Order: sequence, then C-alpha cells, then structure tokens
Amino acid sequence: MSFQVVLLWSDALLFVLIAAIAGLMLWARRQDALRAAWARVARDGMAMSAATVLAAFVVVGLLDSLHYRARLDAQPGAPAGATVRYAVEVHSALDALLADLRQRSEKTYSAPLATHLYSKEALENSTQREFPRLKHGGAHLGKDISGHEFDIAVRVSRGCAGGLVVWLLLVAAWCRLRGVEVIEMLKVGDGETAIRPVALTLLPILLLLGIAISLDGGYHVFGTDKVGQDVLYLSLKSIRTGLLIGTLTTLVMLPLAVLLGILAGYVGGWVDDLIQYLYTTLSSIPGVLLIAAAVLMMQVIIDTHPDWFATSAERADARLLALCLILGMTSWTGVARLLRGETLKLRELEFVQAAQVFGVGRFAIMSRHILPNLMHIVLIALVMDFSGLVLAEAVLSYVGVGVDPTTISFGTMINTARMELAREPMVWWSLAAAFSFMFALVLAANLFADAVRDAFDPRSSA
Amino acid sequence: MLAYIIRRLLYAIPILIGVNLLTFALFFVVNTPDDMARMQLGVKRVTPEAIEKWKADRGYDKPLVWNSAAAGSAALTDTIFFSKSVRMFAADFGRADDGRDIAREIGTRMGPSLAIAVPTFVLGLFVAISFALLLVFFRATLLDFAGIVLCVAMMSISGLFYIIGGQWLVSKVWHLAPISGYSGGLDAAKFLILPVIIGVIGGIGSSTRWYRTIFLEEINRDYVRTARAKGLPERVVLFRHVLRNAMIPILTGVVVVIPSLFMGSLLTESFFGIPGLGSYTIDAINAQDFAVVRSMVFIGSVLYIVGLLLTDISYTLADPRVRLQ
Repeated sequence: MSFQVVLLWSDALLFVLIAAIAGLMLWARRQDALRAAWARVARDGMAMSAATVLAAFVVVGLLDSLHYRARLDAQPGAPAGATVRYAVEVHSALDALLADLRQRSEKTYSAPLATHLYSKEALENSTQREFPRLKHGGAHLGKDISGHEFDIAVRVSRGCAGGLVVWLLLVAAWCRLRGVEVIEMLKVGDGETAIRPVALTLLPILLLLGIAISLDGGYHVFGTDKVGQDVLYLSLKSIRTGLLIGTLTTLVMLPLAVLLGILAGYVGGWVDDLIQYLYTTLSSIPGVLLIAAAVLMMQVIIDTHPDWFATSAERADARLLALCLILGMTSWTGVARLLRGETLKLRELEFVQAAQVFGVGRFAIMSRHILPNLMHIVLIALVMDFSGLVLAEAVLSYVGVGVDPTTISFGTMINTARMELAREPMVWWSLAAAFSFMFALVLAANLFADAVRDAFDPRSSA
Repeated sequence: MLAYIIRRLLYAIPILIGVNLLTFALFFVVNTPDDMARMQLGVKRVTPEAIEKWKADRGYDKPLVWNSAAAGSAALTDTIFFSKSVRMFAADFGRADDGRDIAREIGTRMGPSLAIAVPTFVLGLFVAISFALLLVFFRATLLDFAGIVLCVAMMSISGLFYIIGGQWLVSKVWHLAPISGYSGGLDAAKFLILPVIIGVIGGIGSSTRWYRTIFLEEINRDYVRTARAKGLPERVVLFRHVLRNAMIPILTGVVVVIPSLFMGSLLTESFFGIPGLGSYTIDAINAQDFAVVRSMVFIGSVLYIVGLLLTDISYTLADPRVRLQ
C-alpha cells in the first residue's frame, strides 16, 4: 500500500452521522406519515434544486474527509526490509484530486486568471521594477501573452461544452432508465419524481465545474492569496469545515436537548425545576461571550498539553471538534425548551394516559410514545440550525474564537482577506470567493430547511 | 404588579449565582491560574517567579474557595472565588490586564455602544415591521413571493459581508461617510450613519420573515373576518387590528433584547472602530484578558434577566387582559 489511512475523529463522527442518516431514511421509508412528509419535500421543486446544490457540497466535504498519509520513497541504499515511513502531512482524497491546484502555488497575490503577479518586483538582470510572470498562471502561453483573452475564451467554451455533454449524457441515461422522452422530461418533468428541477440545477453546476476544470489547467481561476495558494483550492477545502460545524454541533446538541427536554416535560417536579434552572442559566449568558469564554479555556487546555496530539492535523481537528462541542453545549437550550413545552401538551393526551393506565413504564412511554411525536420538531431544529452555524463559524473565526488558524475555513479565509481590501489596487478575490461559496451553501440550506419545515410542521399544512 | 416584580427579581438571584459559578468553574477550575499564566507569558518567559508575579498582579495567588491560612471569615473572603466572583454582585469587576478599572471602563464605553445600538434597533424594527406588513398586504401575489425570496437571500449572506461590502462601497467608492472612527457630541452622527444603516440592512431578512409569519397567523383569526365583514378597508384591518393583536408575539422577541443593547454589537463596533463595549469585549478576547471577559459574561446575563422581566411587564401594557400576579 502506498499510503496509510488516517481516521481523524471528525471523519469518524461524520461517517457515523451519515450512517445514522441512512439508517433513519430506511426506517422512515417504512413509516407512512414520514414517507408522506418526505414525498411532499421531494415534490417541491425549490427544495429539490436546493438539495442538489447541497449534495454537491456534501460530495466535496466527504471527499475531503477521507484522509491518508502518503508513503515516503524508500531512502536510496536502505535495506529491503526497512520500515516504511509515511509523510507527516495528512492529506485527503480531495487533496489528491486537486494535487495540481495545491502544489502550483505562486509567490503572493495574483488576480483571477492573471498571468502576472499582483505587485511589482525588481527582476533579475533588469533595473526596472515590473510585474513578474506567474510561475503557473498562463505559463503555457510562453513569453507572448497576446493570446491571453483568446485562450481564456477557448477554455471557457471547451469547459461549457464538456459540462453540457456530461449533463446530456446523465439526463439521457436517466430518461432511458425511466422510459421517458428527454424533451418531455425537461418541459414538464416525468410526473412522479422531481427530476426536472434536479436536472435544471445540475446543468449550471456541471457547466461551472467544466469551466473550472478547463481553466484550472492553465490559470488560477480565483487568483491566489497572500502566500500564493490557489483561492479555489482554499474555498473547496473550507466546505468540509463548514459542513462539519453545521452537522456535528447538532449531533452534540440533539441528545442533550431531547433527553433533558422530554425529562423536564414528562417527569415534572424537581427534575423539571432543575432542568429549567439549567437552561435558563445557560441561555442567560450571551451566546458569543459564553462561546468565547469556553474557547479561550479550551485553548489553554490544548496549549498546556501538546503531547496529546501526534500531528498538527490532529490538533487542529481536536480544536474543531471542541468548537462543535462548545457550540452544541451552548445551543441546546432553545430546542430543549420547545421540546419541554410540546411534551407537556402530549403528556395530557389520551394515548399517553392509556399507556400509563396499562402500566407501561415511564421510560418506555417517553421513548415509544412521546419521542416519535416530537421528531418533527427535532428535524426542523436540525435543518434550521445548520445554516446559522455555518454563518456563525465565520463570525467566531473573526472574533478569534473560531477554528484553529491552520484549519482552512470560510472564517479564516475572510479573516485573512479582510485587511487586503485596503490595498491599492484592491485584493478582492479571496473575499469574493469565500462569500460566494458560503452564500451558495447557506442559501441552499435555508431553502431546503424551509421546505422541510413546511412539510413536517403540522401547523403550516393548514 | 409590584409584588410580581419583586418575586421575579428574587428568582433572578439563583440564576445569577449559577452564572457566577459557571464562569468561576470555566475560568479557574478547568484551568488553574498557573495554566493561564503559562499561556499568557508564552513559552520562553515561563519561570516560576514570572508565574507567581503574574498571579500576584491579578490577585490570583490566593486559594480557590477556602483559605485555610486565614482566620475566621477571612477563610472564605480571602479567596479567588470571593474576590473575583462574589464581588461582581457589588459591581466590583476588578482591574483589566492594562490596569484600568473595568467598572469605570464599562461606564464610559456604554455611551458609544448605545449611540449605535439604539438607532439600529429602532430603525430596524420600524423597517422590518413595515416591510412585513407590506408583504402581508400583498399576500399570495408575485410581490409577496419576490419579497420572501429576497428575505431568504438576505438571510443567507454573512453579516461580515454586509459590513465589509458596505464599508467598501459607501466609504471607499462613494466617499460618503468616514470608513471608521468615532467622536463625541453631534460630530458622532457622521460616524454612526453607516454602521446604523448596515446594521438595519443586515437584520432585515430574518426579522421581516419572522414578523410576516406572525401577521399571517393573526390574519386568519375570527376578529379579522369580522372587521372585514363590517366593511373596514384592508389597510385599517392591518394597521388597527392585526398589528395591535400581533404585539404580544412581537414583544416576546423584541423587548428581551433591549437591555442587551448596552452590550453593543461585537462585529459592528470592531469594524467601525467605535469605542463601545462590543469592541472592548473583542479586544479582551483577542488579548485573552480573562477578567474583562468574565465581567462581560456576568453583565450580559444580568441584562438578559432584566430583559425577561421587561418582556412580562410590556405584555400588560400591550394587552390589558394580561394580569401579572
């Protein structure tokens, strides 16, 4: 094997989460009410096109979660049985796919699609300061860059054509499978599934992908940042961080919120008082401050125990997880309050009282009769929180209590890029890239969350 | 009413004690003062003497909760817990790392924070409610749909973008307002106008959507049908009937944040260089000034509790049927 698989804690949790979601989906298929609600989401064109965008982000995030350490070449003259050594850096499958992007770094800033560096430098054997050529951006053009625009136009159209062909193939294959006409399907859909919005969303995604791939060969599509890293690469790497914070936080939050909310509502008495006291106290502290205080303390812990982490990737990973943990610990109160209120209502309903009369145990009632009837609130809270958490990450990183500075995230990108606006001419591309990727992700999440809420909230169906 | 307020204030005491214990646990038990000293001094300068001096400067050189060396009540009072946590109840926050008195600093920084937060709050409330009423007036039309899409899109934009983009467009391209800074008196207006506008725009998306749902819930009620049946124009129905009845849910979300206006907005203040409490907090977080962060946590929760109380009182003003007892 030429590499060693590295399983970071966050990867493991992410895979557990995905397995859990898959399991829940299988389970939901067999529940009529749930299937009906999900079918309502699936028929919603806006929701399905948002889901397509989200799926594209998730694919990138998952690729970025398969980590490995490359094997180092054996040293010349080493005995045949020498122990195999692995590189210190941890890379992901996404890094391997984007190896070109990652390795072709420039000296410093360069504008998107540029052929020259952003700032002037004194060149060798010349007394004048000039814009030096980029090492990689437009290198294939050689000395004469007069064909620069033409080359870009060719590449864009080639990328568009490629994306279009892939899209047509996919659509044709689907239509063949379902036995519908392609034109018919694009005009009105196939009558059962929401294939039309999915296909129509897939088209721009594939076109953009094609353009990006074809331009990538010769240029930096989004330019480079201060140390010359490709901004497109940074943006793609940020996706995983955003997704992790949005999902793992809810993984921490939900068990707490569900358990305590139901206990407080169903058991009542001093348990209720205690739990209410707990969440009133926690929620009375302004969120950012509580998070800041906890993160500051976590930093002290991590700094005083450097021996806990073998690689810097593990350390950054631990910090990311700790951030999720802190965000989860501070944000369960709202959902718990909702669940408590709903449990109070459910407790008085006939089916629960019948179960009590039959002598069903407390915990059986809570898990078998109360919890399933609260699942819609849990699901709505889960999808509604996601986008807020992605946005919060950026703010927290700005405040200085976000992810590890070495972790690539939208927050760290914005944070390092924001001083560059004051330069003349302005360095706008890394900010623009971070904000556009974040906007696409959050908008898709918000639209999808709205559809899920409309489908599952009994009040909104009226 | 008075009895109710007093009882609510008494309820606040255990919560504040809880907050106090929590921050004490976070700042002194999870990490010992030695750990904090080591981290703040940096790896190179750590010597036992330097740590002792760092602790003595900040008064962290006492036992945590029980001073067995002292006699009588001093065993309880001459401790970190008493001097750092319990004293907060008396608004004694101690000194920041730069040696200034935190309570005084808070007093002087409150003004700029309020100068920016109050206009943003009032204007934002007004704009969002009017926008929501407009959408409800044109409900189930293309305008309503476009408004909702706009709201969702605006919600999806990071708050940082509004600030950075606004500063760039208004100050750098159009040269309409100074990019950051602050001055006292009436001069402050020119520094405040941009952050206020950006704050209002940044908040419109989510709050409009929120008010719109509240209004839509009200609009299906019987009294609305009655009002329409007796021939009132839709305009009057909305403004005189729906708006007034929607006050309770609106107040629930709004009044609770009024006291927190003192805290200022972290992002806005630090981007615009306004010397308020928000930038004070951010600077303290960046400088890892634990004493300031601790004080702000405590003040923040006091203000939140005051906000809850104000919410309840505001109900009686908005809806005469509500009786507090």
